[in-house]
Amino acid sequence: MKMSDYNFAYLDEQTKRMIRRAILKGLAIPGYQVPFASREMPMPYGWGTGGVQVSAAVMVPEDTLKVIDQGADDTTNAVSIRRFFEKTAGVAVTEHTDQANVIQTRHRIPEQDLTEGQILVYQVPIPEPLRFLEPSEVETRKMHSLEEYGLMHVKLYEDIAQHGAIATAYAYPVRVEGRYVMDPSPIPKFDNPKLTMAGIQLFGAGREQRIYALPPYTDVVSLDFEDFPFEASKADHACGLCGAIDSYLDELIVDDQGARMFMCSDTDYCAGRQEETAA
Amino acid sequence: MIHVENAAKSFTLFNQGAAVIPVMRGAQLNVARGECVALVGQSGAGKSTLMRMLYGNYLASAGKIEIGGLDVVQAAPREILDLRRKTLGYVSQFLRVVPRVPTCEVVAEPLLLNGVDRGAAIHKAEELLAKLHIPEHLWALSPTTFSGGEQQRVNIARGFAYDFPALLLDEPTASLDQKNRDVVLDMIMAAKARGAAIIGIFHDEVARVRVCDREVDVTHFAVRQ
Amino acid sequence: MTPLLSVEGVSKFYGSRIGCKDVSFDLFPGEVMGIVGESGSGKSTLLNCLAGHLVPDQGTVGFDTRTDGLRDTVTMSEPERRMLSRTDWAFVHQHARDGLRMNVSAGGNVGERLMAVGARHYGDIRAQATDWLGRVEISADRIDDRPSAFSGGMQQRLQIARNLVTGPRLVFMDEPTGGLDVSVQARLLDLLRGLVREMGLSAIIVTHDLAVVRLLADRLMVMKDGHVVETGLTDQVLDDPQHGYTQLLVSSVLQV
Repeated sequence: MKMSDYNFAYLDEQTKRMIRRAILKGLAIPGYQVPFASREMPMPYGWGTGGVQVSAAVMVPEDTLKVIDQGADDTTNAVSIRRFFEKTAGVAVTEHTDQANVIQTRHRIPEQDLTEGQILVYQVPIPEPLRFLEPSEVETRKMHSLEEYGLMHVKLYEDIAQHGAIATAYAYPVRVEGRYVMDPSPIPKFDNPKLTMAGIQLFGAGREQRIYALPPYTDVVSLDFEDFPFEASKADHACGLCGAIDSYLDELIVDDQGARMFMCSDTDYCAGRQEETAA
Repeated sequence: MIHVENAAKSFTLFNQGAAVIPVMRGAQLNVARGECVALVGQSGAGKSTLMRMLYGNYLASAGKIEIGGLDVVQAAPREILDLRRKTLGYVSQFLRVVPRVPTCEVVAEPLLLNGVDRGAAIHKAEELLAKLHIPEHLWALSPTTFSGGEQQRVNIARGFAYDFPALLLDEPTASLDQKNRDVVLDMIMAAKARGAAIIGIFHDEVARVRVCDREVDVTHFAVRQ
Repeated sequence: MTPLLSVEGVSKFYGSRIGCKDVSFDLFPGEVMGIVGESGSGKSTLLNCLAGHLVPDQGTVGFDTRTDGLRDTVTMSEPERRMLSRTDWAFVHQHARDGLRMNVSAGGNVGERLMAVGARHYGDIRAQATDWLGRVEISADRIDDRPSAFSGGMQQRLQIARNLVTGPRLVFMDEPTGGLDVSVQARLLDLLRGLVREMGLSAIIVTHDLAVVRLLADRLMVMKDGHVVETGLTDQVLDDPQHGYTQLLVSSVLQV
């Protein structure tokens, strides 16, 4: 069977319309989790089925796609999703943030600021930020509808009580436009300030069947205490490859003696800086 | 201050074919401020029953029991509680307290309930305990483990801590030695002097003669079986 | 004086079976009312109707709100009712684990209601939690322990602290001393009595334990088969019961 036998971007048009309706509703109510009828995709749950369905629904043939996993374009997950869309949609692909229209991401926001017209699609494992303390879906939905968010701070309180500081380092909860509390997916809290941006941000949770969204320039505030304010922290080093001091770093063990090296998690950003230095 | 008119009491024993047992009828009693009246009559004549009716602990079947202007027979629970807090003190024969509460707190409670400042209330309580010869090392302990005589004196201290306009005393001097009995009788005289209306049951005739202005024989109100 | 809680003709049916029928009473500020009766008498159903956990089929439950005076909590909107239940109301469950978050530390449990009404200063929240643990006689060094590491009596005291930290005006208690050892019960009763007096709380206590109401309640309501059979001053109802069922109940208690 040839790939051209599939409909554009794998999903049938009715499904894409259903997903687009969920996306539009999500954009109209920033931070609100919209239920949608998630489809079986030709990849296991946990590999980004939510993100893939959202990307498929917003994609047009003229688009250029970039896929990253923890900032890198060349990891298994990113490569396989990129290939999936090359085959089923035939769209152009890129590793350059500024050249992409649609960027699907797992666990990072690119270092380079997104511009108007770009769409960032997140893969989300657990969309419900209150799930940690309240197992009942009925109850969490009620808490969202009534803005009962005290529980969110209980989680942060527990962090400080146990660790002396807010130890939550990723999936750090945010309040959207002073209304809904939202899980920004497991991005490092270093990325939280970038959630207010020029691009459109769409969040897809395949297994949990939820879509939520942030329109451009949405006010997004990270939750904190007056005496323990939010801090967008990163490793206190410079990138060992490009020397950047403002980017989020991965720690790497480079030899059998346990020597460590820090390097940008955003491979495109790092490569760009290295090219500039070389030129 | 205390005005009882035609008060009656009967008990209905529902578990014995709803048998109605009348025990008292036509009880009459008036006690003015500064007056001390003794209830007399043989055992079982209804002295304690009448005391309990006065305190609102037993519900009168008919008649009127007015204390400080409130008819206890008709009053709502919170009105009776208010009466007990502000107007009507009761020294019973038995001490009933929450376990663990220290003696000086037990004694100070009526003052605290009337909004007296904590320090002043405890001070007054300690004064009374000292006067009644309760050893100081017991003040911080719960009275539940005290001897009968000690418990009785704690009860008296509690009853006299706040200057109630009306007082019911059920055998206040029983099980007390001579020294403490005199202290208690002096306290009763002092209460009379400040204008308290007092009704008491005293088996101790010497005590009765010393503090009571007159006697009311409850045998007249008893219903013969 | 306006009643804090004004209950009018509250009935709740489970199909054709009566949960509770035509219950009316007023509860005034600072009053503690006990509801006694055996299992199945409708006392818990009534409590849940009053606390907004169950919707009564008939009747009104008026509560004297801080801002708008007497409001019927049965017909008020759910957000308003839930707001009441985490500010002016408190509910102490029989089983502490129903009223606590077992996977959250003692401090977090006490702090939750504060955070729910907008407290955002960690130091203040912790200071208040510490203060309340002290008031319920839990040592301050247990603040970061989870309730699962506590004894039954401690869990119950923690539940009380968690409920009272926001200074509610009305506390509902469902068998608060049930399932505890007698010595632990006494301590808890003493504590509750002190807090009720100190904070001027109004409370409704459902229990089948007459000793509990004698120590805690000003007034008593006796229920049987969903109906109120007798009401009155606690010591009067217990010492001079006027209804056959109450006499049976009182005479069934073992004297110690």
